[in-house]
Amino acid sequence: MNPARASAIIRRRCASSRETPCGRNPSLFGNCWVTGVTLGDGAPSGARLTRSGPSCKRPDFDTPRASTASPSQKWGAFLHPHLAMRAHFRQPVQQIGVPRLIIAAFLVALFVVAYVTKMSVSQLVSDSLIRVGMNGVLVLAMVPTISCGVGLNFGLPLGIICGLVGSLISMEMNLRGFAGFFAAIGCAVPLAVLVGYAYARLLESVRGQEMMVGTYAGFSVVALMCIFWLMAPFKNPALIWAIGGKGLRYTLTLSNHFGKVLNNFLVFRVFGVSISGGLLGFFLLLCLLVHLFFRTKLGIAMLAAGTNPLFARSAGIDVRRMKAAGVTISTVLGAIGIIVYAQSYGFLQLYLAPLMMAFPAVASILIGGARLQRATISNVIVGTVLFQTLLTIALPVTSRVIQGDISEVARLIISNGMILYALTRATGGK
Amino acid sequence: MAEVSRARRTVAAGRSVFPGVRRQLAANSVPVLFLALSLTMVVIAGLDVTFLLNEVVTRLARNSLLVLSLLIPVTAGMGLNFGIVIGAMAGQAAIITVTYWGVPGIGGFLLACLLSTPLAILAGWFAGHVLNMAKGREMITSMILGFFANGIYQLVFLFLVGSLIPIKSPSLLLPSGVGLRNTVDLIATAQSLDMIVWPFVGGVRIPVATLAVGALTCLAITFILKTKLGQDMRAVGQDMHIAEIMGIKVNRTRIIAMILSTVIAAWGQLVFLQNIGTLNTYNSHEQVGMFSIAALLVGGATTQRATIWHAIVGIILFHTLFVVSPLAGQKLLGVPQVGEYFRVFVAYGIIGVALALHAWRGRAAQRAAQAALAD
Repeated sequence: MNPARASAIIRRRCASSRETPCGRNPSLFGNCWVTGVTLGDGAPSGARLTRSGPSCKRPDFDTPRASTASPSQKWGAFLHPHLAMRAHFRQPVQQIGVPRLIIAAFLVALFVVAYVTKMSVSQLVSDSLIRVGMNGVLVLAMVPTISCGVGLNFGLPLGIICGLVGSLISMEMNLRGFAGFFAAIGCAVPLAVLVGYAYARLLESVRGQEMMVGTYAGFSVVALMCIFWLMAPFKNPALIWAIGGKGLRYTLTLSNHFGKVLNNFLVFRVFGVSISGGLLGFFLLLCLLVHLFFRTKLGIAMLAAGTNPLFARSAGIDVRRMKAAGVTISTVLGAIGIIVYAQSYGFLQLYLAPLMMAFPAVASILIGGARLQRATISNVIVGTVLFQTLLTIALPVTSRVIQGDISEVARLIISNGMILYALTRATGGK
Repeated sequence: MAEVSRARRTVAAGRSVFPGVRRQLAANSVPVLFLALSLTMVVIAGLDVTFLLNEVVTRLARNSLLVLSLLIPVTAGMGLNFGIVIGAMAGQAAIITVTYWGVPGIGGFLLACLLSTPLAILAGWFAGHVLNMAKGREMITSMILGFFANGIYQLVFLFLVGSLIPIKSPSLLLPSGVGLRNTVDLIATAQSLDMIVWPFVGGVRIPVATLAVGALTCLAITFILKTKLGQDMRAVGQDMHIAEIMGIKVNRTRIIAMILSTVIAAWGQLVFLQNIGTLNTYNSHEQVGMFSIAALLVGGATTQRATIWHAIVGIILFHTLFVVSPLAGQKLLGVPQVGEYFRVFVAYGIIGVALALHAWRGRAAQRAAQAALAD
């Protein structure tokens, strides 16, 4: 019996039983108690464990959490040997996850069809990589909210709106190239911090219904901003309707501003696959920054607040502040994400375009293996790669077999099916 | 001292000394606000009253069933059922079939109702099972379920019809022979229900038969809620665990509530479509959930309590706003789109506020319960 595997499954069990807010389940209470007593002095000790403890040897993204949960693992394995027994058989499939296996198999099948029908596989891969970089940051925005215990950020359109406003300001000033791109980010981020903080306050007051309220907060702000786009005081003739001289256009082309600046930066070819170093590099850089953030004291405290609010409170962590920080970071990432998306797409879409943008991002991270309470950077990368590759190659490949554009329908079914799977699986219910 | 703090806590929890007065006020503040807003807009737009009445009566008739279909899940404690979209899809599948067969008039309409029922029962049963797996998150789950079902619906009608499903009708299918056209003209069944009795009363055309169907549904829902089953639903809605202990089969009751809601929604979509007369194959159902829920909430319903009167008042107020706001936007700012976006904002905003209030009240009640335990 591999003790690491056993403890992994027990950790998972413990984490899932911890979700129920108050103690109907006696074992939950016991679990909190054990954790609280053993790690009484809280986050600082957690941080110390991470840096100097034995778990340092495994450089995986869960390390901080693993060290926080280690006493309960120890006790869990000791108290429930039968769990470890079952774990032995389920482990390989569970580790990858059934949905990921299915989607990966489907992808492989699509690639085989593409190869057999003599399509340019390297072209498909290049396109997929662009799409990964394009959407990746929006997916990354889910990590902070999930980690701090708020759940999936269906209010992502709030961050997106901030990014759009930032881009518009940069375009109004007629900045070009990287200057325009960074000016857009520079204008969007402070705005996103303010909006994100307000959004966090809202979510704090509706604890337990964050996802639903977030969805509709996003929807209503998008609708409200439609009125703003119509009345906005922008003067640049490239932005507003030619007739009437008032109101922003539905779609703004970025080719004279910062369109494709990242896409066309540091492009190189490997085996005929063209890779945009700028775009992927920017995405991976942000991933690295978020990863490093969760190794700082604040980041670990946030993880603790998300995993087990009671324990975090007893350890002297201000759970509310952690949640506010998580939501704010997520909103900021959403704002940066839409700017990256827009520069890659070449157009800025206003009005009702941001309405549904949260759903593909949510689906991506869930496809990557995240759950409602737990997400890592690897979930982001795996999920974005799987989902975006699937969407990119589904259209050209299936159009050889079926008439019409099935990729839109596939996107609807897969993304919503994935969200449903996560929603129904999380706590179960009797 | 302890008594004072306890009293304060109970007040904070919303249980004041005069519960009746307070509840009345809280329950009616939303409709009163919207009444004021609608009236202001009517005055600003300078609208012809006969035109407005005509619009509102027509909309009341055609939307009544869709909004009423929301009541039963609310009673059963499942919140606002965003999944009525699935019922609407079942209704659309039925009316497409009837149009293909070319059954005209009220017979075609009734046949569509008959066909949609088993589909809706099946869909409702499935939705009920899914929602039972996501207790406490019913609303978001039903919303995503609606999106998911929309994907399946598109798969069937955009790719399978004409290829796997043997329908050969150039007027229904896209030129390529696979997939349904974006708009299907429902000439055969258009206004078949309205037409039965549709008199002018002082310049206002009243679809009496359609309104009667709505009234009948109201009666049926009232009756269902008074039976043993309805009482079980109320009990489940109050507290699932206590209901379970009392011997009520909670999961089964919730599934039945979903089935009833889905079936009424399917019929509601049929009533809606026969009035409109054309079917937007891929869009007609999408907004159904949102607009029905917004209408119900404008009437003063909450996620935990919704009555027939909330539904009726809500439809009238929401649709008055719906008709008037583009015109008011035109008059006020010279841009009609402002009014259009404003009504979209109202629809989303009212749902958002209602959900926030629901969550906020839930937390207040929880805190009060904890305080009571601590005392």
